[in-house]
Order: sequence, then C-alpha cells, then structure tokens
Amino acid sequence: MSDLQTADGPLLAADGTSLKASISRALRRQKIRALLLVAPLFLFICITFLAPIADMLFRSVENNIVPETLPQTTQAIQAWDPKSGEAPGEAVYAALYADLKVAVKARNHTKVASRLNYETPGIASLFRKSGRRIKKMKDGNYKEQFLKMDKNWGKLFVWETIHRFSGPYTSGYFLSSVDAEKTSEGVSLKPEDERLYLYLLWRTMLLSVVITITCVLLGYPIAYILADLPLRTSNLLMILVLLPFWTSLLVRTSSWIVLLQEQGVINDFLVMLGIIDDQSRLALMYNETGTVIAMTHILLPFMILPLFSVMKTVSPSYMRAAKSLGASDWTAFWRVYFPNTIPGIGAGGVLVFILAIGYYITPELVGGTSGIFISNRIAYHISSSLNWGLGAALGVMLLGVVLVMYFIYDKIVGIDNVKLG
Amino acid sequence: MITKLKYAIAAGTFAIAAALAPQGAEADNMTIVSWGGAYSKSQLRAYHEPYMKKNPGVKIINDESSAEAVAKLRAMAEAKNTTWDVVDVVAADAIRLCDEGLAMTINPDKHLAKAPDGTPASKDFGDLLVSECFIPQIVYSTTFGYRTNVKEWGSKEPKDVCAVFDTKNFPGKRSLEKRPVNNLEWALLCDGVAPNKVYNVLGTPAGIDQALKKLATIKDHIIWWSAGAETPQRLADGQIVMGSTYNGRLFSVIEEQKQPVKMLWDWQVFDLDGWIIPAGLSDARKKRALDYVKFATDTQRLADQAKYISYGPARKSSAPLVGKHADLGIDMAPHMPTDPKNAKTTLLYNYEFWADNRDDIDAKFQAWLTK
Repeated sequence: MSDLQTADGPLLAADGTSLKASISRALRRQKIRALLLVAPLFLFICITFLAPIADMLFRSVENNIVPETLPQTTQAIQAWDPKSGEAPGEAVYAALYADLKVAVKARNHTKVASRLNYETPGIASLFRKSGRRIKKMKDGNYKEQFLKMDKNWGKLFVWETIHRFSGPYTSGYFLSSVDAEKTSEGVSLKPEDERLYLYLLWRTMLLSVVITITCVLLGYPIAYILADLPLRTSNLLMILVLLPFWTSLLVRTSSWIVLLQEQGVINDFLVMLGIIDDQSRLALMYNETGTVIAMTHILLPFMILPLFSVMKTVSPSYMRAAKSLGASDWTAFWRVYFPNTIPGIGAGGVLVFILAIGYYITPELVGGTSGIFISNRIAYHISSSLNWGLGAALGVMLLGVVLVMYFIYDKIVGIDNVKLG
Repeated sequence: MITKLKYAIAAGTFAIAAALAPQGAEADNMTIVSWGGAYSKSQLRAYHEPYMKKNPGVKIINDESSAEAVAKLRAMAEAKNTTWDVVDVVAADAIRLCDEGLAMTINPDKHLAKAPDGTPASKDFGDLLVSECFIPQIVYSTTFGYRTNVKEWGSKEPKDVCAVFDTKNFPGKRSLEKRPVNNLEWALLCDGVAPNKVYNVLGTPAGIDQALKKLATIKDHIIWWSAGAETPQRLADGQIVMGSTYNGRLFSVIEEQKQPVKMLWDWQVFDLDGWIIPAGLSDARKKRALDYVKFATDTQRLADQAKYISYGPARKSSAPLVGKHADLGIDMAPHMPTDPKNAKTTLLYNYEFWADNRDDIDAKFQAWLTK
C-alpha cells in the first residue's frame, strides 16, 4: 500500500475526497441495495420463524407465574430455611393469605397450582381447595386456619416446592428433560422407573441413524441406475421415485399399516407360502421395525435426489480412464466413482437424519411403544399435558443435538463437501 | 373520463359493501367444537338443527377439534383471539381449562334450564357438576368389547374385566388406551385390591408399581390405542380379540355394523362429557353461547341425543324420556351405560386424583411403556 501513497497523503478521487472513502461510499450504496432486496424475506423469516421459535424456547426457563401470582409469599419465604425441618412461621402464611385473596379474584391461583403441580403432585388440589375456602377465612392466626383447612399446608414438601420455584426463572424444566430433579440436597437423577427422556433421545438418534443408513443402502443403487440410464428411461423411473413423494404422508403411513400388521398382507402371504406358521406371525409394526420400515420409505426420495444429481455430474470418462489403466470393475467403482459421490451421500444423509430426528406422525402411528421418538413426547406435552415449559426444554435439547451433530459432521466430512447437485 | 371515475367509485363502493356484508352475517355464525364422527352427528340432529330452526339468523359451524381443545384454547387465549364459542370437552379437560382460567364459570341455576317439573338445574345435574365451568351433557363409559368367534377360546366367554389379564384362557392381542388412566385401576382390581381402596393404593409409589407389574404380565399382548376409533376397527379386522374403548363406539360396531362383538360391561369406568364456554368472549357472543347451551342441555334435548348414540343423558329428568334409536328402531335404554343391568360394577373417573397425579403417574407410565 505504502508505495501507492503520495508523499502528501492518501490517494484522492477525482472530486478531491479520499479514494478509500469514496470507494466505501459506492460499496455501501451497493450493500444497502442488496440488503433492501433481501429485507422482505429476511423480515418474513424473523417474524414468522425465528421470533416464535425464540419465544417458545424461552418458555423452557420462564417461571414468572409463581413470583407474579404470589409476590408476598415468595418474598416472605426467603427468610425460611428449608433445612430447619419445620413449616414456616406465621408471617409466610399471612403473606400467602394476602396473595391468594388477590389471585382467587383474578382466578390465577389455579394457574400457579398447575405450574407447581408439575414439580410436586398434590399441589393442584391443595390450591383449588384453598381457593374455594379462602373467602370464609378470618383475619389473624393464618397458620392455624390454613392447617385446619388442609393439613398439607403444614407439610414441608409444599413449602420446599414454593421456595425452590419462587424465582422468575427456573432450571426445573431442563432438569426434567434430562431425567433429573432438584431436591433439597441439590440436583440428582430421578429414580430409575421415572427416567425416560435420555433413553428416548438415545433411541431417537439410534433409529434415525439406522434409517439414514438403510436409506443410503437402498437409495444408492437406485440413484446409480437413474444416473446411468438414457434420459428417457431415467425420467420415467424418476417419476416412480417422486410419485410417493407427492402422495400424502398419512396415506403412505396407513398403507404400511395395511401391509405390516399381524393380519396384514405380508404376514398373510408368508403364511400362505408356508414360510411362517399361522401362530407365529411376524411383529412387523407397533415396534421399532415398523418405524424403520415406514420412515425409510418416506424419507428415501430425500436420499435419492441429491445422490442422483451428484452422480449426474460424475463424468463416465473417469471410469473408463480407470479401467483403461488396469483397474478392475470394483476398484474403478470404489476408488474413483464412489469418492466422487460422497458429497451426495453427505447431503442426503444430513437431510434424512435431520428430518428423521424430528419426525413424529409416522412413529406415532406405526411405532407402538418401542418405536416412538422424543418428538412424540414433545407433541404430547404441547398438545395434551399442556406442560409447555417441558416441551420447550425438550425442543431445545433436540435442537442442540442437531447442532452438535452438524458440528461433528463438519469436523469429520466438512460441510463444504455437501452438494445437492 | 368522468364516467370512468364514476364506474371506479361505484365498483369501489360495491367492493367495500361486499367485503362488509359477510362480516355482518358472520356476527351470527357460531363455532361449536366437538369430537366429530357419530358423536357430532348426534349433536347436529339433537341440538344444532332444532336450535337453528328456532333461531333462523344463527348459523352453527362445526369444528372437530375437541381432542386438542385444551392446547388450542390456550394458544387462542395467548393470541387474544378466541374464535370458538362453545366447546365440547371431557370433564377432566374442563377442570384443566377452568384451572387455567380459559373457561367461563357457569352458575347452573341462573344459566341453565330447569327440569320440566321445576327442579333447579343444579339439583337435576347433581354430582355431575364436577367443575364450576362445566355443563355436563352425557355420561359415557370406557369399557371392553370382545370378539365372539375366537377359535382358541373354545366355548369360554369373558365374564369379568380380569379376562383381559388372563392370556391363558383368553389368548390373543388386546388393545388398551395409551395412558395410565383406567388401565391402572383395572390392573389393581384384578390384582386383588378392594374396589373402594383402588385410589388409596394408587396414591402411593408402591401402588403404582403394583399396577404396572400387573400390566406387565400382558404387556406383550397389548396394542395401544390413542383414538377412540382404533379399537372398534381392530375388533372388526380381527387384529385383536378384545379391547377397551367408549361404549358408544362399541354400540355402533355391534348394532350398526353387526360385527361378532359383545360388550363386557364389568368395571366400566364412567366419565362425563359436556360443554364449556371459552373465557374472554365479547358480550354478544357470550350471550348467544349461553343461550345455545341453555337450549342444548335442557331435559328434552339431552334425551333426544340418546336417540342417535348410546350415551346416557346427564340430567336425571332426561332418563325416563330416552326412547328408541332414530334409525335402527331398537330400544336404547338397555344399551345405556347407566342401565342397571350394565352398571352392576362401575368406577367413576376420579377427577381430583387424576388432576393431582396425572403428570407424575404419566411420567412413570411412559417410562414403563418405553422400556
């Protein structure tokens, strides 16, 4: 740069301003124009995609309902020591009375009750009952009156729960999502018979990997044939690949139910041929097998299409060259053709894996109990148990896993090495 | 030029008028949410059609989203745009919606019709008013149906609910609902727990283990269902030999489709289904929703619904009015879950217990299920 500079200062543009500034001004205008062109889509994605996701994910730590509904109680209870082994004193009960009175009027007491009931069963009915009876309470001697109303108000577990979840943020949902819980002695794993999510996550990943591998094994030869055949035949075959792709997901899943069930087509056929006994029909669905078969079929086009378009770009002369240099068919394929198609396998694999890990309709319908995914539990918490916090925490976990897998993939294979065509 | 402008203005006014007109009409559209299928049809014929005849201006739109009503109502409330006017839900969901402040509280004596003899609604419905937001409509039960032509059973026929756990005498697949409710109660009953102690036992961790252990003895023979139509379908297909579902669904398999299936009423679990009105409706919509609900839950209307589906009316005063099936012409009374012959042994869904323990027991049940 220095030899470009004149002795008396930086280079000047024709109008006398510094060249650097005028170039950057021109570039800025270009950048703004590009930005404006992108802006509609960018805003659209922000408003309809990123913002709702961020809002939903935020619910996994949000706990405002407790301090907002019970402002005085959550403050008064800070002075109480859960390790004392005794229920808190009169002041806390007085605060609870004041809070509940306001909450019952606004019909908020049951909302906070359902929140706390996620952590400790029994609190929902305690609050509901107290809400009904609070009108009859007299001033003074609150502790005695509450205990008379329900002896659970004197129990430590109720107050421990309120104490533990009195802040505006909570780690409770995230702990639940990894089968842990916060007790008075700190964080620990839940008892063995209640652990669920880590196992489900593990199974989701395992089945997704199995599905991805079967998709590669089944899709590779098809893509190879498609890429190798003359255009007219390959187009016809391509339609056969795409046809199921255009059919409704539910139709495809239901037809698998017809085929796979114990009294279904496949079993009937095998019994008819005498390959299996009528008493020992194969359990092909309502288990992992069903999930793997149906999902492999559904996701197969996502593997074939990137593979096909990558294989199309591999010139046949490479193979001819390899063979003319003395390679056997297998060596030519394995050493020359196959490495050239790895970007396609990578793209298809990432696509299938990420789609598989978040699938839930097909596992729900054909997976029975041993073939369901963690997404089925997320759906359950969002639409049925209404524990949106836990659903959001599980969603964050799933998102995290996908990002980690992506990172690992980038480290091992390299993300530049992914090609869709 | 001026004529063109005139045309443009005229067209514009027309367009605005056209845009406004349906909105004026929309004020009289009422969205009623229910379960779909034969059940919605029975409501259409017993409630909606007579109501629309009585109020010609009102148009009722059916939405079949009751299965996910709780989640959707919550989402609507958060978006501050509740588009539903009246929602049909099971009692447990009504309690949850009431707890969440998503349903309006109802004063039965003020908002609901009296019985023909003047008995106030609160007495006519009695104990069935399980939540202050809930307007009961029907009593239904979850019970078992079994196939009558299973070769392996020989001449044996299931007599009680414990046949479900007896895979030696009654081999074959059974289908149970994929949730702990009801299944754990049946498991305990068949494990020798006294009927009046079931919920005391289930309230302890050891009791849950006991119930799950009993269920584990038939786990390999169970196909789990989550939609009420699955069991009747599988019974008809021969995929299962017995299974639990709602009694009305079994009625339709047996009487309407004439399948070789029989009811096993033993230890049927009674549950309630009814209306709630979402909280936060505008005054006009609230008024109309209340008017509809008052009409649809009066004595005659509840009795009418039983002409189309075999669910018991929730009012005591409706029971004597239950007549024959509208299309099949058979007597409906013997098909009601509340008929004394069918109701020798029954459980009532324990709303308070499940409201408190549902999340906790469900986590254990799911963990057991996935292992």
